[in-house]
Amino acid sequence: MDYINAIVLLLNYIFVPALAYGSQLALGAIFVTLIYGILRFANFATGDMMSFGTMVTILFTWYFQSLGISLGILPTALIAIPFAIIFMVGYMLLIDKFVFKYYRVSKSPPVQLAMVSIGVMFVTQAVVRIIIGPSDRRFFDGEKFLIKAGEFKEMTGLNEGLAIKSTQVITIVVTLILVSALFWFLNKTKTGKSMRAYSDNEDLALLSGIDPKKIVMITWIIAGVLATIGGALYGLDKSFKPFTYFNNMLPIFAAAIVGGIGNPFGAFLGGYVIAFSEILLTYAYKKFFMYLLPESLEPNTLVQLLSTDYKFAVSFSILVIVLLYRPSGIFKGKIL
Amino acid sequence: MKKNLNVIAAYTIMMGLIILVGIFQSWNIALSIFNLCLISAVMTMGANIQWGYAGLINFGIMGYTALGGLAAVLISVDPVQEAWSAGGSNILLSLLLIIGMVLAVRYVLKKYEKSKVRNYIIATIIIAGIIIIRFVSEPGIEAIEEVDPAKTGFLGGFGLPIIFSWIVGALFAGGLAFVIGKVALGLRADYLAIATLLISEIVIAIIKHEDWLTRGVKNVIGLKRPAPYEVNLQQTDWFINLVEKFNLSKLNLITDLTERQAALNQFVIEGSSIFVKLCYSGLFLIVVITLLILTQKALYSPWGRMMRAIRDNEEAANAMGKNVVKQHLLIFVLGSAIVGIAGAMLVTQDGLFTPGSYRPMRYTFLIWVMVIVGGSGNNFGAILGGFVVWFLWIESAPIGLYLVNLTTAGLADTHFLKVHLIESVPYFRFLMMGIGLLLIMRYRPKGILPEKIEIK
Repeated sequence: MDYINAIVLLLNYIFVPALAYGSQLALGAIFVTLIYGILRFANFATGDMMSFGTMVTILFTWYFQSLGISLGILPTALIAIPFAIIFMVGYMLLIDKFVFKYYRVSKSPPVQLAMVSIGVMFVTQAVVRIIIGPSDRRFFDGEKFLIKAGEFKEMTGLNEGLAIKSTQVITIVVTLILVSALFWFLNKTKTGKSMRAYSDNEDLALLSGIDPKKIVMITWIIAGVLATIGGALYGLDKSFKPFTYFNNMLPIFAAAIVGGIGNPFGAFLGGYVIAFSEILLTYAYKKFFMYLLPESLEPNTLVQLLSTDYKFAVSFSILVIVLLYRPSGIFKGKIL
Repeated sequence: MKKNLNVIAAYTIMMGLIILVGIFQSWNIALSIFNLCLISAVMTMGANIQWGYAGLINFGIMGYTALGGLAAVLISVDPVQEAWSAGGSNILLSLLLIIGMVLAVRYVLKKYEKSKVRNYIIATIIIAGIIIIRFVSEPGIEAIEEVDPAKTGFLGGFGLPIIFSWIVGALFAGGLAFVIGKVALGLRADYLAIATLLISEIVIAIIKHEDWLTRGVKNVIGLKRPAPYEVNLQQTDWFINLVEKFNLSKLNLITDLTERQAALNQFVIEGSSIFVKLCYSGLFLIVVITLLILTQKALYSPWGRMMRAIRDNEEAANAMGKNVVKQHLLIFVLGSAIVGIAGAMLVTQDGLFTPGSYRPMRYTFLIWVMVIVGGSGNNFGAILGGFVVWFLWIESAPIGLYLVNLTTAGLADTHFLKVHLIESVPYFRFLMMGIGLLLIMRYRPKGILPEKIEIK
């Protein structure tokens, strides 16, 4: 019985939250990696683009709520997301047309594009804060828990409860659907293949008659979808605050690089690598050992490898180690 | 003279703007803007050395600034004797262990050939070292943090004059840059940017949470000053006489003796804070001018030429026998050390160290906007960038408010749009910075004062 308790404990505090957090990171990381692979620059506006998408989702959610539309036990935001995506794709294409296109056409070095993305970051951040303000917003409605800790205890008769939030399940399900659709698109359709070809070798792709304008446009559309959904899922699960989104850019970058930048599958797994290592290394295992070990051996400290203050530092340290030993990432991406 | 006309014009306009603030708002505000402009100028010079001279992109400016600030704390605060006796020995022992660990890793690196086994050995040394250090330091840290946590709870510093920290801050930042440079300089430009950005976040995380060293988010306040205190000045005779002399014409208009005394007191209070700010301005100006002379000399020296050659074509410079890796590391350390000085200056001026206030937006990206806007590769441009951008950063709120009032003049004061816009005036600065950066990048990619190379 103790073993089952210990496993449930880990499931509740490590596995489920890490899976949800990892999915949110993975979506962002695929966004970064696609932009890097096809447009060839590090997009420092990632976090703020995600917060912009979330803000639009929130505004639509409020509008639907004021109309009295809801999905019952599911959050209203799910209906708002498609509308937000349309808006966000428009925003991305607009930014590309007025800002990034000039540098792409004049073949500027990637560093210059990265600098320009910092300008976009400033502007996006300002727009978000001017429209919705810098404070914390929760926009979740509907049923909060799929399984409550208390119910689980009653059902199974265990000491440890397992609470699963509905947002966590939504996050994981939506991520899986979205990512499988994306990989199907990249691997099976003609446009997806031409995108990969373009990312692999630009000159060769242009020689074989691939239209670069179309590739770039589709990349931004996919980026808009990923940014909105990734941001909205994070906001549903935790809460929406522009500053947090800006900070989330850092673990997202770490995930993309750890997975091998330019490689979408690597970025997807990289998200989970970062999320799991952050949570595994900062969790206090005291209770876990109390179930497993006989009483005489029970630890009297928290058995915590690192204090939770260093949550971010963990992912960055992993990044530094990866950069040192495998600069192309765990799953071979571009060599940088 | 004629060649430098645009430089002179740009600086005259900038000083004119600050003087206008002095006349229309107050001299206190004008001087605090000026002081922070000077500090920003030092930071941009540091970033400009790396980016403009050598093309190295360093997004870790925030980390070096914070280390400079830490130096100011460690140098100027008096040592906390009780904390030292409570846990000092453990801390010193852990320090020795860290040094031992580094030496052991170095030994393994030198002694054995590159192989998987070597990597495993190094990993074991590091993991075992961390576990041992934690066991040694834990009781010490707990004991130190329990010593009067409301006031101290940390080891304190050396109790030296805070001016020394400017040099120590440079050493700290340079040391960190050496380590980072060794690790990360081989990376491609935008990769280096991400790596340095993340490493600087680690530095901030450590400063924020290692309370025994920095007091963490509890902040260190009341640092010693290199300038006199306002309260003391207000009671000094020569200072009162000086203020009286300055305001004689205004004072003479007042005939009533008590009223005259009250007016004089008011002038003395205002004057004292202006005087203190002027003292700081003087100190900062000395630093800025010294650095400017040094960097200008370096730029036009054979070494500067070599750096530009490396920047413009690494392979060619390498083929000419220049050691690119070594020069990159050198310039990375130098630039970061200058940023460290600025960090110490900032804490010196504020008189307090707040680790929670180090955010990448303010201390990394804003500095980069300054470098790009001012003109990378040109020291005068970088300094001007620091001035212009900081000025706009501070003054954008009033400008934004004015614009909001102008555009919504037709609406009632209680109209929700107007209220909302006025509430969000502080965020107009981000908008201005972003649009400014985008416009400069598009239409004047070399900055306001572009790089100009004359062979002398």
